[in-house]
Amino acid sequence: MRLVLVGTSHHRAPVELREQLFVSAAENRELVERLAGAVADAEAVVLSTCNRTELYLAHGDDEAAQARAFAELTALAGLAESEIAPALYTLTDEAAALHVFRVAAGLDSLIPGEAQILGQVRGAYEAAREADTAGPVLHRLFRQALRVGRRVRTETAIGENPASISSAAAELAERVFGSLEGRRILVLGAGKMSDLATVNLISRGVDSVFVANRSVERAERLARRFGGRAAGLDAVDAELENADVVVASTSASGYVLSAEQVARAMRTRKGRPIFFVDIAVPRDIDPAVNEIDGCYLYDVDDLERVVEESVAGRRGEAVRAEAIVAEEADRFRDWQLSLDVVPAIASLRALAESIREDELARAEGRLGSLSPSQRRAVESLTAQIVNKLLHPPTVRMKEAAAAADGVLYADAIRHLFALEDDDHSARKPRK
Amino acid sequence: MELAAILFWPALAGYAEAALAYLGDSVRPGRLARFAIWGVRLGWLAQTGLLAAQAAREEGFPWGSWGGSLNLFVWLVVGAYLVWGCRSPFRLLGLAVMPLAVALFVVAWAAGGAGSHTRSELGDVFLAFHVGFVLAAFAGFTLAAGLAGLYLWQERRLKRRAPDVLRQRAPSQEALDRLTARTVAVAVPALTLGLAVGVVRLALEGGGFDALMVAALAVWVAYVGFLFLRYEAGWRGRRTAYLALAGIALVIASLVPVSHF
Repeated sequence: MRLVLVGTSHHRAPVELREQLFVSAAENRELVERLAGAVADAEAVVLSTCNRTELYLAHGDDEAAQARAFAELTALAGLAESEIAPALYTLTDEAAALHVFRVAAGLDSLIPGEAQILGQVRGAYEAAREADTAGPVLHRLFRQALRVGRRVRTETAIGENPASISSAAAELAERVFGSLEGRRILVLGAGKMSDLATVNLISRGVDSVFVANRSVERAERLARRFGGRAAGLDAVDAELENADVVVASTSASGYVLSAEQVARAMRTRKGRPIFFVDIAVPRDIDPAVNEIDGCYLYDVDDLERVVEESVAGRRGEAVRAEAIVAEEADRFRDWQLSLDVVPAIASLRALAESIREDELARAEGRLGSLSPSQRRAVESLTAQIVNKLLHPPTVRMKEAAAAADGVLYADAIRHLFALEDDDHSARKPRK
Repeated sequence: MELAAILFWPALAGYAEAALAYLGDSVRPGRLARFAIWGVRLGWLAQTGLLAAQAAREEGFPWGSWGGSLNLFVWLVVGAYLVWGCRSPFRLLGLAVMPLAVALFVVAWAAGGAGSHTRSELGDVFLAFHVGFVLAAFAGFTLAAGLAGLYLWQERRLKRRAPDVLRQRAPSQEALDRLTARTVAVAVPALTLGLAVGVVRLALEGGGFDALMVAALAVWVAYVGFLFLRYEAGWRGRRTAYLALAGIALVIASLVPVSHF
């Protein structure tokens, strides 16, 4: 069985083409069934995310599989072959395995180590399993890919630090408070940026949201989304006494929150800290707030610097992650090569077993007087002889397979033992 | 060679290895932290063996000399650190605790308090409890100062918006503040008990107040004041961190010279 990958990603295809090639969860099943059904005994998995669409196929005829995958992608894009060809890449066997392991590890992502891709790889594999289009090769490949993804994330720090402004803000808030569970968040402004930052904080346990905005109607709309409360900007002073995190992103031209307001609130808070996130441009919060004891203020530039540093750290960890991926790709190659000799080994063992059973049956007349325990002893003895005889050639063939000589050894075994084919249900040697 | 003298070296090696590994981990966070924590564990086990060997050999309280007290103090500090040190966010605290432990352990050894021939100056149970409680309290104050130092270090980085502020794992500011206060809250009763035992012994055996007792009382008053400000007056964060550091400075500045010179 050859492993074939045909696909494209953000490295080669612009977003317009990636949109064309995107395969939704509902379309995925149909596509894998079409791919697996088009070529007899083929296996298929389709991985499609906003950054990539990749078709993984396993089949004896790699050229037929490639042609089929190419045709499907061309049809999806609605382009001529010559137009789509430069955006596609084709990888086979070890290179394809290495690629999917890098993808699962987040090494091929826009932001190294991003966590979402591992779930997407799992989703693609699950879809193929449900459609029953993943056979032995793709089962092995994707299970191993998921393991690689987990290994890379536990053995390196590639996924540890934030990769977006909103996650950086949330992690910094956690550095002040620890868990954000039960914390209160005050949102100033009801725009898109407030929304993103609030979603991230809520995903980490913040359970009370208060939105203050010049337009109360818009504030209420955003507050409803998070099950929170809303009011005009005049309610900020009162809310400041209770809030733990303040996210500001209004379109006001001056400061919405002054250092005096915050200092006043801090006096009633008995030293409880506040974390301020000012993602507005121009800024909403007076920078002097950061000088107040117990107040931590980050604006959008500060957060961007934290993200840049974090992404640089991830790139450093990527070197260690690549070593893990290469090790796993070697392991997959050894396994794939061993597949060449597995049918020959199975046929040889089936032949030996059939001879053993035939000889025991032929001796039945002479063994009739044996007690059941003596009969079991004879059965066990003959089975052990067969196993011991076949153990060295089995081990040697597997070793030879890893060294790429497997096919020669398998042919030699077939010839020497007159094995008809690799159907290990075959019981008789050639006459 | 006596067992206690032999065990000194693996204990010192464990602590020194931990101190170096923590230093390396602070420069490049990663696997070195694991080596550090194992150094602490093995060193502490070896020192526990050392103390047990000393206790088995001596008839009285083997840590009555100042060198012996220092030996016991190091064991208490490292033991208390081990309670949190295994959790990755608190690894940074090891950078403050372990070099100090190595230095004090070597001083204890040089003063004859970590070897096999410690001489018991304090023979009765009263004094054993007195020294034990007081040293446990000082170990607590030392750790509280370490936690407070970590709080101020992280606060400075957060306030300055250091781009790599998230790279180094550390406990949250609130956790550090809470733990500093709790550690002092546990250490103060230990100091109170230690001082009470000392006063009872003084009453039974006679004798007057000396400079050491006055210094110990001053430390007690300072830490009770810390607890009042933290839990009653609502002081938190930077102010309590400075108080914890001032407390340990008072311990060093008053008790150490008074007791040993």
